[in-house]
Amino acid sequence: MANLKTTEKKTKAQSMGLHTEVLTGKTQQKFFNPDEAENFYYWGTYDVDFNKRIDLDVNDLDCKEANKKIDELMSQGYGTIVIKNPQGKHSLGVGVLNKLNLIFEGSLGYFGVGSIDGPTVRINGRVGWSCAENMMAGKVVIEKNAGSCFGAAVRGGDLICKGSVGARTGIDQKGGTIIVGGDAGAFTGFMMQRGRIIILGNVGINLGDSMYDGTIYVGGKIGSFGSDAIESPMTKSDIDWIKRKLKVAEIGENFDISKMTKVVAGKKLWNYDALEPTEKKGAI
Amino acid sequence: MCGIAGLIHRGKSSNVGNELQAMLQALKHRGPDSTGYALYADNDGENFIMRFKVGENVGEGSSSINEDESVYDKRKELVDDMLKNLGAKVLKEEKLTPYSYRYEMKYDDDLMDFSKKIESIESVEILSIGKSLELIKDLGDAKVVLDRYDLGKVTGTHAIGHARMATESGVDIKSAHPFWGYPFSDVSVVHNGQLTNYWNNRRVLENKGMRFMSECDSELIAVYLAEKMRNGATLEEGMKDSLSGLDGVFTYFVATKDSLGMAKDTMAAKPLVLYESDDLVAMGSEEIAIRSILPHEIDTYDPFDGEVKVWQI
Repeated sequence: MANLKTTEKKTKAQSMGLHTEVLTGKTQQKFFNPDEAENFYYWGTYDVDFNKRIDLDVNDLDCKEANKKIDELMSQGYGTIVIKNPQGKHSLGVGVLNKLNLIFEGSLGYFGVGSIDGPTVRINGRVGWSCAENMMAGKVVIEKNAGSCFGAAVRGGDLICKGSVGARTGIDQKGGTIIVGGDAGAFTGFMMQRGRIIILGNVGINLGDSMYDGTIYVGGKIGSFGSDAIESPMTKSDIDWIKRKLKVAEIGENFDISKMTKVVAGKKLWNYDALEPTEKKGAI
Repeated sequence: MCGIAGLIHRGKSSNVGNELQAMLQALKHRGPDSTGYALYADNDGENFIMRFKVGENVGEGSSSINEDESVYDKRKELVDDMLKNLGAKVLKEEKLTPYSYRYEMKYDDDLMDFSKKIESIESVEILSIGKSLELIKDLGDAKVVLDRYDLGKVTGTHAIGHARMATESGVDIKSAHPFWGYPFSDVSVVHNGQLTNYWNNRRVLENKGMRFMSECDSELIAVYLAEKMRNGATLEEGMKDSLSGLDGVFTYFVATKDSLGMAKDTMAAKPLVLYESDDLVAMGSEEIAIRSILPHEIDTYDPFDGEVKVWQI
């Protein structure tokens, strides 16, 4: 056996003869084959023309019918869809996987515009719980307030709320940027893993509780820091980046960014190890 | 899950029966088992309205034991005898269903003693006593209960209601919300969430002479607040105290003769959307509840963790 004390940590497993065999089987098959034309097709997406615009009144439609109608309109090439009378209905505008201008003339209920990948969404009202959950890419702008779990598990894109947001904003965030013009509730950034959150107003208790990674910037007062969330000095690149993002978000024009508090993970809760449990046993 | 809704008109009366029905019907998906209304009606304010039940609704998916309806009449006779003994003068009586009644009566003595004696009769439960409170709860959705009890005509200043999904206790009227704030007239409570120190609090409160009629954890809120008020606390003080005294997740509403309040736990784990204007406050578990009575574009928000608010009519 190799001498583990002198071997670099990252090569310990190889030194022990583990994970060196050629892996085969179903899970190891190629997921992308350039020879197959279907691999160039992103299922459920459409080529749309932004200049082709249509209004859709969803007053008498339930969320399933409304979402189906949006899908139909995209398949016909409409690139700008204006939704009239959303009336706080749940799960509107979910699963849009292509570029699209989606405008809501009113408020959404729970789970609005969830699991999207690419559209630019403007909501001229309020959104309920879990807006843009699992968003992959695109830009969502909310003109009024948002409910709890705003941007839960977001992976990419810009999610902007010009008003205030509820508790657990950015819970389990994995990427992208969440920007809030007003205040945010308790447990903001709870267990976030990557990405950035900008709150111009105050935040509630337990900010960044158990965050793995990522960065939270707060302009106002902080109720309390959560477990393993610590303050970090603002740098020039932080300020430049926030300035650029706020410009994109169209908020905080005269906001004094230099006075913001930067919060990151203390990494005291980290319990990662390069070794697998069985490998660790062998090493000991 | 469960859905709660409430509204208060400030400075005027409205058709709160129909308004609350629309709000609760919009929340039906959150609680299909039973529906309850606490309506603060435009009564003359002179006499007490007592709503009580002498049995359970054994249909519509109820978990109650089936009883012969003849026992309901016997229990009702016992209630009448007890009222006579207590010196209460019944001015008007209405039989609403085979198992529930609404009495208008005159009574000037202690309500706690009164309630204890009435409820000592087997299976009899006072749903509410008050000079403006009309508390109605039964199995079925908001429309079914509204029609069954003819609530569409009720006008008043404020109301709270509940669409229940039974999780901690049975599908029956005794576990349905709202809960009356025994022994106070005109106090009612609805709750969405779960209380984890129910039994600890219940034992303490029972030792202090408070009464529980069900094993529903939500009843604790009504009793907890009633006990605080009995010891001189204001409604708002009692509600603020409940944030630390009650353990678990909750959003609840409490209403009195002239006020409506909301409280949200310190984790903000349960939803609440609030609309507030000079003449109307409307709130519910979801925005669609508010939209059912205010279809035009409005500004709403989620109250934050640990927030307590009280509005007067």
